[in-house]
Amino acid sequence: MSNLTNTNRRDFMKLAATAGGGVLLGFHWRNADAKPAVLDAAAEAAAPSIEFNSYLAVAPDGKITIFSPNPEVGQGIKTAFPIVVAEELDVDWQQVHVAQAPLDTVKFQRQVAGGSGSIPHSWKRLRQAGATARQLFINTAAQRWGVAPEQCTTESGAVLLKGSKKKLTYGELAEEAAKMPTPTDVPLKDPKDFKLIGSSIRNVDNQDIITGKPLFGLDFTREGMLYAVVERPKAFGMKLKSVDSAAAKAVPGIVDVVTFDNSVAVVGKSTWQVMKARKALKIDYEKEAALESTSDHDRIFDELLNSDKNEVRRKEGDVDKAFKSAAKVVKSEYQCPFLSHAPMEPMNFFAHVRPDGAELIGPTQTPERAQGEAAKFLGIPKEKITVDMTRMGGGFGRRLAADFVMEAVKISALTKAPIKLIWSREDDMTGGDYRPAVKYRFEAALDDKGNMIGYKLRGAGINAGNPTRENNFPAGAVDNLLIDSAEHKSAITTGPWRAPITNFLAAAEQSFLDEVAQAAGKDPIQFRLELLEKAKTAPAGDVRYDVDRMIAVTKLAAEKSNWGKDKTKNQGFSLYYSHLSYVAQVGEVEMKAGKPELTKIIAAVDCGIVINQSGARQQVMGGVVDGFGHAMYGSLSFTDGVPDQSNFNKYRIIRMQEIPEVEVHFVDNGIDPTGLGEPALPPTGGAVANAFFKATGKRLYKQPFIEGLSGKVES
Amino acid sequence: MAQYNLKINGQTYKADVEPDTPLLWVLRDSLGLVGTKYGCGIAQCGACTVHVNDSATRSCVMPVSAVGDSKVTTIEGLSEKGDHPVQQAWNEVDVPQCGYCQAGQIMTAAALLKRNAKPSDKQIENAMNGNLCRCGTYHRIREAVKVASTKTN
Ligand code: FES
Ligand code: FES
Repeated sequence: MSNLTNTNRRDFMKLAATAGGGVLLGFHWRNADAKPAVLDAAAEAAAPSIEFNSYLAVAPDGKITIFSPNPEVGQGIKTAFPIVVAEELDVDWQQVHVAQAPLDTVKFQRQVAGGSGSIPHSWKRLRQAGATARQLFINTAAQRWGVAPEQCTTESGAVLLKGSKKKLTYGELAEEAAKMPTPTDVPLKDPKDFKLIGSSIRNVDNQDIITGKPLFGLDFTREGMLYAVVERPKAFGMKLKSVDSAAAKAVPGIVDVVTFDNSVAVVGKSTWQVMKARKALKIDYEKEAALESTSDHDRIFDELLNSDKNEVRRKEGDVDKAFKSAAKVVKSEYQCPFLSHAPMEPMNFFAHVRPDGAELIGPTQTPERAQGEAAKFLGIPKEKITVDMTRMGGGFGRRLAADFVMEAVKISALTKAPIKLIWSREDDMTGGDYRPAVKYRFEAALDDKGNMIGYKLRGAGINAGNPTRENNFPAGAVDNLLIDSAEHKSAITTGPWRAPITNFLAAAEQSFLDEVAQAAGKDPIQFRLELLEKAKTAPAGDVRYDVDRMIAVTKLAAEKSNWGKDKTKNQGFSLYYSHLSYVAQVGEVEMKAGKPELTKIIAAVDCGIVINQSGARQQVMGGVVDGFGHAMYGSLSFTDGVPDQSNFNKYRIIRMQEIPEVEVHFVDNGIDPTGLGEPALPPTGGAVANAFFKATGKRLYKQPFIEGLSGKVES
Repeated sequence: MAQYNLKINGQTYKADVEPDTPLLWVLRDSLGLVGTKYGCGIAQCGACTVHVNDSATRSCVMPVSAVGDSKVTTIEGLSEKGDHPVQQAWNEVDVPQCGYCQAGQIMTAAALLKRNAKPSDKQIENAMNGNLCRCGTYHRIREAVKVASTKTN
């Protein structure tokens, strides 16, 4: 996601009056080569490149509104962002009202939910927004009292005159403050004075969620809108040949049937009517590409892994020499299937295309992409398209794409009606954009002291792009290293799935390192600590992770799990750095009635400063449950291009009875915070597989693990 | 199309729909009660859970023609002020992540506590196992059901 962040900019603050007479503080920046200026309204109008990233508004009645510009997908950003602003503004949380801002590429930057990138991107900006507003209120009060600003302080949304009982609330100061110059170079709080940051604050939408208020895209309705469902080719590799829509059109409530691309859309008065009518469509498809089955992919993986036409991703030293001189070589292959994102809220979107523009409303992780693609298709300027973000019923990466938005746009353009597009669960699960299936081959060379002197990783993926992360650990810790990859292009569409690539790569690699430690006769944690020591003292090429933070989470996980102390416990260790956060996990397997059962996962997490204890803890617990659930049960297979699973009866999502106990520990190091939407997930599969190995003596080389575990381990 | 008089949340609603229309879509599309969610349509996820005569029911597979005189309660009608013990517990424990599954979870939990005020962990897990939460908030759901059970007496 880093390409979405333009770092070549300079931040500064901008003040404006609100319609209600209050003050609105925006956070602006413009290209670094533009002349920095304290902007007034006229300058703003003259400088179209100005952007805000966050606002807060204070009304004369004391109401404080903090706008959260980023889409809320369950990662808790709508709560976390305002906490940071409120902290520096020095207000009580009860005084704050949080509002979701719409897409506004002029006012905000990086309105994206993805890559766990929102917090690291916005941390300083949000703090400055809050602190600048606080200083403004201090300056305003100081002027009114005829004292120096240094004589003032703040508390709970009011300015106090030190050594007196004088007090003015921000609301009382708002009108005057709107006319004051914006303070610059405002100091930020000392983190030790944080009151809100680091506390436990509940999801700001809780009350609406638990009372069933319309919050989600699927809940949105508009007078006169029509519902639409789309029939797409059943098999990847097929295309539309002909449509007979007469029977579908005769179903009560159906208004129109339209065709575009390879899709046939049924438009009508209610969801049930369009779903029923869709079944009456008679469509012929024809083959346009290979109709692949999972068995084809198994064969293709082996071809790719044995091919010599792979793309080199990273190379250090002389791998061939290292393997020739090795005392021991370990070699293993690990494989994972396709996965559906399966967010609980299926894809949906509202679009109303009018002659003068378009209105888009719904769940998207990338509103700007939706706007851009719609503008391009409709041939109108982006400014003519508004995008409002609804709360999302999960996304896991699926809502980074805009395919479903574009379907709604096209249907609305064709029917000239306001359209609410709905995907059924079957549409969602068979509609592509999957986590790609991948297979890895790992090889390690050990010298006679059990040091890893050579490391090879070859990744083969189906539409996976680069299925390796060549700069992740153990790169940097091994002198002779070769990482390469190969890709098979398929008609089966893929896309980013929570912690793209690392969601399986980490599990595979952490299992493999466990095998290597075993071959070296070393404790798995000790083995990794030795490698990390090497990365620190004698690095092999670039080291793109913080070795000390890797070591710290490893030690924290070892301590909290009493690693290796209780010989009756079957523990497995895993460590991964992704999306700027560091996570180590220990899984514990118990034998119950002759069957191994994962009973507990202990997670040690370094995401820097924890903004919201409650939200952060749940992100880790949810990430671990997700990582464990998909490693155990997740599988989407194919027969002749058709997905074998189309709903939750066959596609298994973890349920309450299957969850292990999860314990979460944060490293307290005061470093600027990073995101948590993804980093807790990747290491889980490794901790789980290694703990199962400890209990059963069997390695799990293939996800879903349930297939390797079932039946064969009783003895 | 046929006319139905449905007893929902203590009121009578009129709906003019085909008899095979699932109660879920009548609630959402015809009556504007969108708190009840669609997740699978085949009784596998629990997102659409409502109470029919006080027991947890999957509204996605219940045709409106089968509702008859039954008393239907949706998340909107679980309590007047959003303060049913289960709702309170859900907020206190800070259960929702994305929140989409939670109306169904709450309705299942409320039905459980109605017939068993002090369920054991096992009974909670059995009752809640049919409700998927893709975000993985199961630990907090379990805890919240326990917290709610201390509130109902
Ligand atoms: S929508 Fe009814 S159980 Fe899933
Ligand atoms: S909170 Fe997101 S599906 Fe349960």
